[in-house]
Amino acid sequence: MDSVFIIEKSIIIVAVFALTMLMAMYSTWAERKVAAFLQDRVGPNRAGWGGLLQPLADGAKLFTKEEFFPNTPNKFLFILGPAIAMSTALITSAVIPWGDQIEVFGRKVALQATDIDVSILYIFGVLSIGVYGIMIGAWASNNKYSLMSAVRASSQMISYEVAMGLAMISILMMSGSLSLKDITVMQANDGWNIFYQPLAFLIFLICSFAETNRTPFDLAECESELIGGYHTEYSSMKMGFYLFAEYANMFISSTILAVVFLGGYHFPGMAWVNENWGINIGALLGFLTLFAKICFFIFFYMWVRWTIPRFRYDQLMHLGWKILIPLAVINIIITGIVMVLFN
Amino acid sequence: MSIQQISLSGRKMQVSNKEMSFLERIYVWTILKGLWTTLKHLFKRKVTIKYPEEVREMSKVARLQHMLMRDDQGRERCTACGLCALSCPAEAITMKAAERKPEEKNLYREEKYAEIYEINMLRCIFCGLCEEACPKEAIYLTTSKKIVASGYKRESFIYGKDKLVMPLDMAIKNTQSNTIQ
Amino acid sequence: MLEIVFYILSAITLGTAFLTVVSKNAIHSAIYLVICFFALAGHYLLFNSQFLAIVHIIVYAGAIMVLLLFTLMLMNLDNDDETKKPLFAKLAAVFSAGILGLVLIAALRKAQPENIEYVNSGVDYQSIKVLGKVLLNEYQVPFEFASILLLVSMIGAVLISKKEEKI
Repeated sequence: MDSVFIIEKSIIIVAVFALTMLMAMYSTWAERKVAAFLQDRVGPNRAGWGGLLQPLADGAKLFTKEEFFPNTPNKFLFILGPAIAMSTALITSAVIPWGDQIEVFGRKVALQATDIDVSILYIFGVLSIGVYGIMIGAWASNNKYSLMSAVRASSQMISYEVAMGLAMISILMMSGSLSLKDITVMQANDGWNIFYQPLAFLIFLICSFAETNRTPFDLAECESELIGGYHTEYSSMKMGFYLFAEYANMFISSTILAVVFLGGYHFPGMAWVNENWGINIGALLGFLTLFAKICFFIFFYMWVRWTIPRFRYDQLMHLGWKILIPLAVINIIITGIVMVLFN
Repeated sequence: MSIQQISLSGRKMQVSNKEMSFLERIYVWTILKGLWTTLKHLFKRKVTIKYPEEVREMSKVARLQHMLMRDDQGRERCTACGLCALSCPAEAITMKAAERKPEEKNLYREEKYAEIYEINMLRCIFCGLCEEACPKEAIYLTTSKKIVASGYKRESFIYGKDKLVMPLDMAIKNTQSNTIQ
Repeated sequence: MLEIVFYILSAITLGTAFLTVVSKNAIHSAIYLVICFFALAGHYLLFNSQFLAIVHIIVYAGAIMVLLLFTLMLMNLDNDDETKKPLFAKLAAVFSAGILGLVLIAALRKAQPENIEYVNSGVDYQSIKVLGKVLLNEYQVPFEFASILLLVSMIGAVLISKKEEKI
């Protein structure tokens, strides 16, 4: 481990961290703006041009609000909840390839914090511990609505993780690797996964909606039944952390969708650009491509939010266990048969 | 026409419990249709009026802030009979009458005048009944498009004679234009 | 460097494992257990076995402990609900724990560190490619047995949940 390597990785990690935070921040703005536009309104437009300073104003508001503690014997767990939610939302981005290699001072640098062998398993691992943030915080709130919401959230996340994993397996069968970099490279060579695995894409998309607790699966915070859901008792920046974590999760799952199914940083004609304009410009264009795909998915999340009403709890479980999981298994079998027949 | 067939919005639809077709049952296609509907709204004209910069256009017949009129010679018409206060459904008007002194003849038309005339703008509903009730044609709702200004104190919404009585120069102008004709 | 990490991880593992047993609040001990699992995953990472570490986190911390916490949170674990255990049960528990300790001590006393030369076979057994091949070639029978075990338990769970409908 030489010092240049450490510096290089630290820069990438800080950049990715900053990007995630920035995207989460502006997702709150985009959410309000998209919601307004879909409802024929204009949305926030007072703070800065087009309301672009609105997230800063919101942040300042959250920081200066009174910090409230409910009457709970578990003050430490009460603080731990949002902390876990936030940190799990932020550490997923470590394994995502943000672009191809760039060349700095004659040194090839991969635009990725780390390319571990088990990237996808790592993502699933982090996802599965993301439930703890909600569960611990809600339980420590000493509030029945919070607890109910935590129970809903965790059972929903556990159920949909299964279908998500099964949908992912068909992709892994095609790529033969768990590394997101390898999956991207494979898509660059053979074409994007969405064309080969539309069913897996659909299942994965639905499951990522459920995993991020977004409408139509936002039963964990459905205001008509559970007040605020798991963050009912939270105020000031602790609540801000929960909300922020939700948007960070949305960003991360959009990124995973883009990387796994839409070819990540690959764009048509990437090889030509790399050859003729140099790999630095190629990597930059690749990053912008990935960013555009991510933005599309984030927009899609918000778009769906104002289109489909919330599911009922039994419908949710029915969809997860009786429809998505069998579909995913069938998809695996079909993928296997096709692979055996045509290879 | 029976009540069942009337559709005020023109978009009335009959609800039915008929069996869904396969395409409808897998939902994906119907969800896509829903997404298309919402997407169309993204590009629709926004109905919001950005208030301080844009002001909603008022109706031509809008009548707002009251005015206590003066006659041709610039004298106040109001005689403090109290009919406006009596007719006011929101009970917004209150007044105190006083006797006219001989030297005030050019100020007030009648022998009795309103020393204090107050309208509580928090209560007023701008119905115009005071205008109808007035026997002396002294109070009118004007087309001035003046909206009651916001304020932090209740007292600031009680408009006294200083705000209600027609300004003198306006009365002079009115008289001039009337005599020319 | 690695040694320090090892000692820190071991301290966390043992400390939280101890706290799991000792702490009165069931939720607290479950959370300590989760931390213990994470520290164990850290140990696996020290052996450079990423796959095992991550699967350990997914399965134990991510699924089993979540379900356990789930049930614990829904239960009313107040102290007055706790039933008094008879003296005999307590004695039996102490006795069996003592016997287990005895067996462990006896086994550890006989155990001697074996000094084998580690040979580099050139195969990276941590890579999932190799791991999958080994699992499905050499150890296929135990692997299938494990899956049958899981299938049976799944069917059993379905059967229990359907009991009232009289199948």
